[in-house]
Amino acid sequence: MGVEVLSVSVDSMYVHKMWNDHELSHMVEGGIPFAMLSDGGGKLGAAYGVYDEDAGVENRGRFIIDPDGAIQGYEVLTPPVGRNVGETLRQIQAFQLVRESKGGEATPSGWKPGKMTLKPGPDLVGKVWEVWQPHLARD
Amino acid sequence: MAEEQAVGCARPTGGLVGQPNQTPEEQPPHPPKEEKKMIQVGKPAPDFVSPAYHKGKFTSVKLSDYLGKWVVLCFYPGDFTFV
Repeated sequence: MGVEVLSVSVDSMYVHKMWNDHELSHMVEGGIPFAMLSDGGGKLGAAYGVYDEDAGVENRGRFIIDPDGAIQGYEVLTPPVGRNVGETLRQIQAFQLVRESKGGEATPSGWKPGKMTLKPGPDLVGKVWEVWQPHLARD
Repeated sequence: MAEEQAVGCARPTGGLVGQPNQTPEEQPPHPPKEEKKMIQVGKPAPDFVSPAYHKGKFTSVKLSDYLGKWVVLCFYPGDFTFV
């Protein structure tokens, strides 16, 4: 997929190293492969609207940024609920497909690789029902 | 006696040790905050430079160095938290 991951928390680089060495490397062979950023003070998180000033920590914000540096999608959760990595991957695959088609294709609700895309244009106006039905949105 | 409470960062109470805490009303009013720019999809991401730990090394990461690549930027509350 050719995607770079960057993680960010308010912890120092030293704590990132300890967390990687003492816990995460027991879950991920070889340790964390991506850069773990340190945002002490929360300035970076504040720029993305995910820093909680009262708690002094970042919320679970996830931003998909395209090769032009534009944010294509984001999701922000409060701390106790973890994200769904599969959904992030699905969204990236969809954004990549749209980009490769130079906007010629769009992915309808529930799309995932292998499912049909739509080709927006004058001929499709009012005719989506002929080629796509709501049951296709579900797995 | 410290009471158990939600974990957060250390922050001053605004008062001095042994003196009653100042309430926010007694403090000079904060200057009006700079209006925050909202994140918008389809618009450029805020650039940044940040210290980082990456595969055994202390390094620096600049978002604009990743132009030409897809990036997933993930914030989370803290190392050694549970989720």
